[in-house]
Amino acid sequence: MDFSLTTDQQNIRDTILKHCSRFGDDYWLARDREAIFPHDFYKSLVDGGWLGIAIPAEFGGSGLGVTEATVMMQAIAESGAGMTGASSVHIPVFSLQTVVLFGTEAQKARMLPPVVRGEDQVCFAVTEPNAGLNTTEIKTRAERRDGAYVVNGEKIWISTAQVANKMLLLARTTPLDQVKRKADGLSLFYTDLDRSRIDVRLIHKMGRHAVDSNMLFIENLIVPEEDRIGPEGEGFRLILHGLNPERILIGAEAVGIGRVAIARAARYARERIVFNRPIGMNQGIAHPLAKCWAQLEAANLMVMKAATLYDRGEECGVEANAGKYLAGEYAFEACHTAMLTLGGMGYAQEYHVERYLRECLIPRTAPVSPHMILNFLAEKVLGLPKSY
Amino acid sequence: MKILVPVKRVVDYNVKVRVKSDQTGVELSGVKMAMNPFDEIAVEEAVRLKEKGVVTEIIAVSVGITASQETIRTALAMGADRGILVETEASPEPLAVAKILKALADREQPGLIILGKQAIDDDMNATGQMLAALLGWPQGTFASKVDIEDGTATVKREVDGGLETVALTMPAIITADLRLNEPRYASLPNIMKARKKPIDVVKPADLGVDPAPRLSTLKVVEPPKRQAGKKVKSVAELVDKLRNEAKVI
Repeated sequence: MDFSLTTDQQNIRDTILKHCSRFGDDYWLARDREAIFPHDFYKSLVDGGWLGIAIPAEFGGSGLGVTEATVMMQAIAESGAGMTGASSVHIPVFSLQTVVLFGTEAQKARMLPPVVRGEDQVCFAVTEPNAGLNTTEIKTRAERRDGAYVVNGEKIWISTAQVANKMLLLARTTPLDQVKRKADGLSLFYTDLDRSRIDVRLIHKMGRHAVDSNMLFIENLIVPEEDRIGPEGEGFRLILHGLNPERILIGAEAVGIGRVAIARAARYARERIVFNRPIGMNQGIAHPLAKCWAQLEAANLMVMKAATLYDRGEECGVEANAGKYLAGEYAFEACHTAMLTLGGMGYAQEYHVERYLRECLIPRTAPVSPHMILNFLAEKVLGLPKSY
Repeated sequence: MKILVPVKRVVDYNVKVRVKSDQTGVELSGVKMAMNPFDEIAVEEAVRLKEKGVVTEIIAVSVGITASQETIRTALAMGADRGILVETEASPEPLAVAKILKALADREQPGLIILGKQAIDDDMNATGQMLAALLGWPQGTFASKVDIEDGTATVKREVDGGLETVALTMPAIITADLRLNEPRYASLPNIMKARKKPIDVVKPADLGVDPAPRLSTLKVVEPPKRQAGKKVKSVAELVDKLRNEAKVI
């Protein structure tokens, strides 16, 4: 049992925090107000080779593990970039793993290096309005025609689709009533986001305004067969491989935003003088902050345990889910406590904690709700009967 | 041309240092350490000279405990080619470091040595100058601009009252000031490459230097707490206090 980062991991954390210090609080506040994608931040990470952290070296990356990617994503959120900074690079860092694991050599050589070099920007088009977390029920169809697929359907909550030119797309290639198991008959594609066939509509949302979320209306999109990742009908299983790493990364990002909120609140509590003393001297202020710190660090241990298990090739579903649950809940409490610590000022945008509060609802809710995680833990760990 | 860049492991500039309770020094256990910021500027300048084709090899040197290897790795990730750790448990004083660097310069024959103008822990501002004296090389200290051409280093120096430009016949010593450049952030591929670059480890005795300190620290104390300001009722009272109490006008 070793609870410390390796030299490499510590180095990644320090370098990312330093790298991100160029993009200060005012930068993120402005991006959020203007709802403009942080292109220069994204480019700086491309230039630093960071998008390739988990891409194999032969395709332009550095070939490190999920643990290192987790350390990196957490440091981005913790720098004050929050979920805006993390989400801007989350997809290339995480979602391309399905291509790394299941793409052919030719596909990897064609698809991965342009993303690492910043020439291609990718979004992840899986979720649909009529399926929710019941992914096998997605309605988007890909029908074979003349050596290609014709895709029709709708997607929702597709982040960065306004700026992406590529997408990972899950669609049903065999209708649900013709497959043995519901998980069969779905296929995964990595293809062009062809705006002549896809209408991308922005969803106006609560926070993280700089990183867009969208509805996609796909009409007769032609996808060449060579853009299909893995065998036809196996797409759902390929996606499943990425679920645990995604929970781990999101959990780590949540801890990051919780940490920056608490650090900011603690600084305010040390400096803000009311009734002739710093407000942090009052235990009504100090104890909730201390509690949040303890909760976040405990959540982080669970997240990092899951990452370590994953990189060792061991089963990590319980830990990844529990870690994301704890991180999401405690990050919310941390951001909320930070806002209460700042009192009225906490409600003002220029003090930044209200932005963290709006953003931390993302890892609390996505990619899977706390309710579904508790269902999963109740069933898998405690052996309780399934309720749905 | 080879270039030698000494780098020192110091308390990270973001850390608020605390004096040990026995007043023998500042608390270092559990404290985040980093490369001296002025040394980072020196490394950056060396890397830029290499990118311009002026320099062929950059050697990063650190004198200190085993963990100073991390500081060398940072330099390697920024673009230095190899490292030398002169391993010593003692915290060497500038003269000992200068002697060690002289021995290394004799061995490596660099055309240029760029150092930070001072380390942010002891603020000695001495090693570069002592090294120049020991080697008998010209020195351009507090550099804010460096140009190398035909065996001459032209250095713009930040001095009181302006900028002084000096021309040094190489080999020469340059110490870096804050405005010389803005150091780059290491890229991930370069961090990975740095892991494979060689670091030689030698002892001061191998170089014929005794690093034992010549000075003994009597005590280290916190600076006095800042006093609250005084409120004055009128301009006349302000002028009076400035003249007779603060004695600044």
